Amino acid sequence: MNSAIAVAGLRVLRGGRTVLDELSFEVPRGSVTGLLGPSGCGKTTLMRAIVGVQIVAGGDVQVLGRPAGTAPLRSLVGYVTQAPSVYADLTVGENLRYFATVLGAPPGDVDRVVGEVDLEEYVDSLTASLSGGQRARVSLAAALLGTPELLVLDEPTVGLDPVLRRDLWRMFHDLADNGVTLLISSHVMDEAVRCDRLLLMRDGALLAEDTPEELLRQTGTKDIEAAFLALVERRATEGSS
Amino acid sequence: MSIRCTLATARRVLSQLRHDPRTIGLLIVVPCVLMALLAWVFKGTQTFDEIGAPLLGIFPFVVMFLVTSVATLRERTSGTLERLLSMPIGKLDFLLGYALAFGGLAIVQACVASGLALFALGLDVAGPTWLLVSVAVLDAILGMALGLFVSAFAATEFQAVQFLPAVVLPQFLLCGLLVPRDEMTDFLYALSSVLPLSYAVDAMRAVTTSATVQSDTWRDLGIVVGAIVLALALGAATLRRRTE
Repeated sequence: MNSAIAVAGLRVLRGGRTVLDELSFEVPRGSVTGLLGPSGCGKTTLMRAIVGVQIVAGGDVQVLGRPAGTAPLRSLVGYVTQAPSVYADLTVGENLRYFATVLGAPPGDVDRVVGEVDLEEYVDSLTASLSGGQRARVSLAAALLGTPELLVLDEPTVGLDPVLRRDLWRMFHDLADNGVTLLISSHVMDEAVRCDRLLLMRDGALLAEDTPEELLRQTGTKDIEAAFLALVERRATEGSS
Repeated sequence: MSIRCTLATARRVLSQLRHDPRTIGLLIVVPCVLMALLAWVFKGTQTFDEIGAPLLGIFPFVVMFLVTSVATLRERTSGTLERLLSMPIGKLDFLLGYALAFGGLAIVQACVASGLALFALGLDVAGPTWLLVSVAVLDAILGMALGLFVSAFAATEFQAVQFLPAVVLPQFLLCGLLVPRDEMTDFLYALSSVLPLSYAVDAMRAVTTSATVQSDTWRDLGIVVGAIVLALALGAATLRRRTE
């Protein structure tokens, strides 16, 4: 089993509307894969289906060789939602110690992840008193606890300081070098070049699935935003002919 | 089931409360103020001795219902519940963690309110004090378990608060405090017989009037415990790892 994620014919309905329509793709192990697309295109729904918290209408989602959301995956898949899902009325340390205990992570793990998201000086601060970006980092730190084999991160670097953003992307690649698979969503196309592979999404369907270099080569464009536009136009002409 | 996760959840809930001293203050002080007010209103009559003990169980029941339904609703809306359920924690671990934390608080609350009623307000009960306190604690835990369960049906805090009159007041009207249950019409009696608070009040009544513990009281307490277990089980069933 080489793929960390294997999605086949995935369909998701929400409130009677088709949000994801017959989606199929694979994500290789140990890669940093970017999930790019405009807001509302179904990125979050797809991520939720991979984590196994989304009710799906059809298709198959295999994660690390097992059906998504099954019990053995619960300590192997780290998930960071777009809105930080941590307890605002606990300190950073209390939050992370709680999640570490639930995950069965070793005691020193809290210090490690606090260092990785650069929040050492805030360990004893109440999470509610932190800025939005800092709270997002607490949420990210919680997903790094233990030994996840797959990290599903929904817009983890939005609004962060450029230096920290660079450091986080470095950490993501270090993790991937150690065999961890990362699926990272963004609606900012300029983050695409930092990924090994890209999934471009629009209106609940996959536009393209390739390396950034190959996408630029195939579309004859200079940046991913232009490539995205070229792919949308190509699809439109294919559809009308 | 994992004791580690249950205890960690209980500790976490208590830590959250520790950062919110005003809530703790309200939880402890409000039932005491209400008891004092009750004693004052019925000063010089027999009524305080008659209804003091049942109300000693009802006040913590109401307060714990409200606090838990809002606390679990917050957990659902903040995304932390979804995060937890994507982690290796059992639904029952989660609920028992809450039950343990709020149950501990209920013990403190019931002890303080009972102590005040017995020693400062002159509440006169025939039965043993430990039984009075135990029933009050059970009532508080019953309120907590029901609060956990109904929070599943509330999408907003406005709705959660509305469940208080919807779930608690009918039980209060039918529990036998306003009109003795055996004087009710058959239909109302039948209705009151399926509501757990009726048994809690019956037990409190028995503590007030009888010096010895009767078998009926044990049966009533057994029914209250059964209702707690049922509400917790139903609460666990409403926790969904997968949602729309």
